[in-house]
Amino acid sequence: MKKLLEKTRKYLMPLIIALWFSFLLLPFKGIKASAFLFIVLSLAIPAMQLLSNFIKKIHLPQIDFNRYIPQDKRYLPLLLIPLAAVPFLAEDYIIDVAIMSGIYIILALGLNVVIGFTGLLNLGFVAFYAIGAYSYALINTNLGLGFWSAMPISVLLTTISGFLLAIPAMRLKGDYLAIVTLGFGEIVRLIFNNWDSFTKGPNGISGIDPPFLFILPIDSLPDFYYLVLLLVIISVFIMTRVKASKIGRAWIAIREDEIASSAVGINKTLHKLYSFAFGAFWAGLAGCLFAAKMRFVSPESFTFMESVLVLCMVILGGLGSIRGVIFGAIILVFLPEALREVQMYRMLALGAGLVLLMIFRPQGLFRGESVSTRS
Amino acid sequence: MYLLEVKALSKYFGGVRAVEDVSFNTQSRTIFSIIGPNGAGKTTLFNCLTGFLKPTKGNIIFSDKDISGSSPDKISRMGISRTFQNIRLFKEMTVIENVMVAQHSKIRCGLLSAIIRSPSFKQEELTIKEKSFEYLELLGLENYKDNIAGSLPYGIQRKLEIARALATEASLVLLDEPTAGMNPQETEEMMTTIKNLRDLGKTVILIEHDMRVVMGISERIIVLDHGVKIAEGSPEEIKNNPMVIEAYLGKETH
Ligand SMILES: Nc1ncnc2c1ncn2[C@@H]1O[C@H](COP(=O)(O)OP(=O)(O)O)[C@@H](O)[C@H]1O
Ligand SMILES: [Mg+2]
Repeated sequence: MKKLLEKTRKYLMPLIIALWFSFLLLPFKGIKASAFLFIVLSLAIPAMQLLSNFIKKIHLPQIDFNRYIPQDKRYLPLLLIPLAAVPFLAEDYIIDVAIMSGIYIILALGLNVVIGFTGLLNLGFVAFYAIGAYSYALINTNLGLGFWSAMPISVLLTTISGFLLAIPAMRLKGDYLAIVTLGFGEIVRLIFNNWDSFTKGPNGISGIDPPFLFILPIDSLPDFYYLVLLLVIISVFIMTRVKASKIGRAWIAIREDEIASSAVGINKTLHKLYSFAFGAFWAGLAGCLFAAKMRFVSPESFTFMESVLVLCMVILGGLGSIRGVIFGAIILVFLPEALREVQMYRMLALGAGLVLLMIFRPQGLFRGESVSTRS
Repeated sequence: MYLLEVKALSKYFGGVRAVEDVSFNTQSRTIFSIIGPNGAGKTTLFNCLTGFLKPTKGNIIFSDKDISGSSPDKISRMGISRTFQNIRLFKEMTVIENVMVAQHSKIRCGLLSAIIRSPSFKQEELTIKEKSFEYLELLGLENYKDNIAGSLPYGIQRKLEIARALATEASLVLLDEPTAGMNPQETEEMMTTIKNLRDLGKTVILIEHDMRVVMGISERIIVLDHGVKIAEGSPEEIKNNPMVIEAYLGKETH
C-alpha cells in the first residue's frame, strides 16, 4: 500500500507540477502556450530525474589535476620565459586580455584568502576592488599623486575597510555573513554611484594617470603587461609563503573546524579579521591596477556580477588552492573572450560549465594538496 | 596545592540542570576520572572547564588563576587542552599539519619573517615540525604523518586528537571518552598511552565508560548523576560505594 502510494507520487508529481505551471501561464499567453508548456514540462521533469539518478549511479572518474603539473618548484622560474615572451608573440588584443587575467588573478587570490583558506563566504568582495580603484582614481586626480605613492595609500585604505567590514561581520556565520557582505558590496557601489560631487556619480572618473617608470609612462600594452606580471609574481610568492606559515595554518584550521581551532589556542575572531583585511589588501592592489590600466573608473565595473565572477574563479580552481585560483582566473577571463562570436550564449555556456563542474568535481579542479606544500 | 580547583560549579540549560553544584580538586600529575551514566553532565563539565560554555554559577581555578568565563582559546593558551567526544580534527589537513596547528601560540615569528623566510622563521618551523613528529611518535602515529586526517580509521583519528591536544603543551589534558568505539586491543594501548602522559608530567582528566580503564589507571574518581556529584574517592572506594553501584555500576552489570 505504502509502496503504491510512493509510486503514484513519483509518476504523478511531475504531471501536477507541469499542470500548475501551465495554469499559471494561462492568463498571460493563452491556451496554446499553456498546453505547450505542459507538454514540455511533463516530459522534461522526468527526464531531469532520470539524468540525476544516472549521474548518481555511475562512478565518476576522479581526475587529479595536480598530477599533470610538475610538483618540483625548481622548474617554476622556467615558466617566466613564455610569460615574458607574450608581448612579442601575441597581438595587442591578446595582451590586453592577458593583463585583465593578471588583475583578476590578484583579485581572486585575495578572495581565496577569505573563502578558500578561512571558509568565510564573502559575496561583496568587489567592494574592496572598487575601493582600491576609486581611492587611486580620487587621490591621483584630486591630489596629483602618482601611482607609486597613491597605490600604497589606496591599498592601505582598502585594507582598513576590510577590517571595518569584518568587525561587525565576525559575529555572523554562513548565510548571514553572505547576506551582510553582499549588502556591503551593493552599498559601496551605490555610494560611488550617488555621491556625485565627490565621485562624479555614474559618469565615473576619467583622466587617471598611468604608472610612471621614472619619467616614462607605463601606458603601452606590453609595458603594462610586464608591470602586472611582476605584481602577480609578487602576490603569488607572498601568498604561498603566508599560507605555509602560522597564520595560514590558523586560517585553514578555522575553515576545517572552528571549535577545534579555538581548542588549540587560536583566537578565531582575530584571525578572521586578519583574513578579511589581508584579502582586501590584494583586492585594493587589483583595483589600483585596474584604474591605472583603464585610466577611467565608474560604478558599472563593480556590480554584484563581478563578485560572482571572482567567486567562480576561486571555486573553479578549487577553494584554497593557489595554482587552482590562478588557473580559474585565466580560464574565466579568456573563455568569454574566446566565445565572443557567440556573444549571446557565452554567459549560458559559462553557467553550464560551472554546473557540470559542480556535478563532476565539486571540490574544484585543484583542491586537495597538503597545506605546507600546497601552493 | 592543586592544579585545578572547581568550586560549586553549576550549568543550567533553561530548566535543565546539566551540572549542579559540583566541586572537586585535581592534584598535579595524576589521572583523575569522571564517570556517570549518559546525560550525567560530564561533557558539559568539560565544556565549562575549557570555556566553550559559561558556567551559570561557581568558579574554576587553574594554577591559582580564576578562569571561569574565559574564552576557549585563552584557556587553551593558559595550559588546558582537550579532545572531543565526537572527534573534531582538521579533516583536510595532513596528520602532521594537525599537530603543527596546535603549536600556533608557541610561534613568535610574524607575517613579515614568514614572507622573507628569515633564518629565525626557518628555525622555528623546523623546531615545530620536529616537535610535532615527536608527539606523533608518542602516540605511535609516525607512519601516518602525511596522510589526510579525515581519511584515517576511527581509532587512529582518536589518537591524533590526543597528539594534537598534547602539542599545545598544556599541563592539563581533558580526554572525553578516548576509548569509545575502540576494540579491546586498542583500548589496552590507550590505557598505556594515558599512563605515559602522566609519567611525562601531564595531569589528565578522563571521561570514560569502560570500567576496566577507569579502575585500572585512575588515582581518583568522581561520579556524576543527573548533574550532581554523588561520590568521590579512590577506585577501591568507588567500587564499594553503594550509591555508585545503584546509580551507575548496577545498571551496567546486571
Ligand atoms: N548545548 C546544550 N543545550 C541544551 N542542553 C544541553 C546542551 N548540552 C548538553 N545538554 C543537556 O545536558 C545534559 C548533560 O549532557 P552531557 O553533558 O552531554 O552528558 P554526558 O556527557 O555525561 O553524557 C543532558 O541532559 C543534555 O541533553
Ligand atoms: Mg558526553
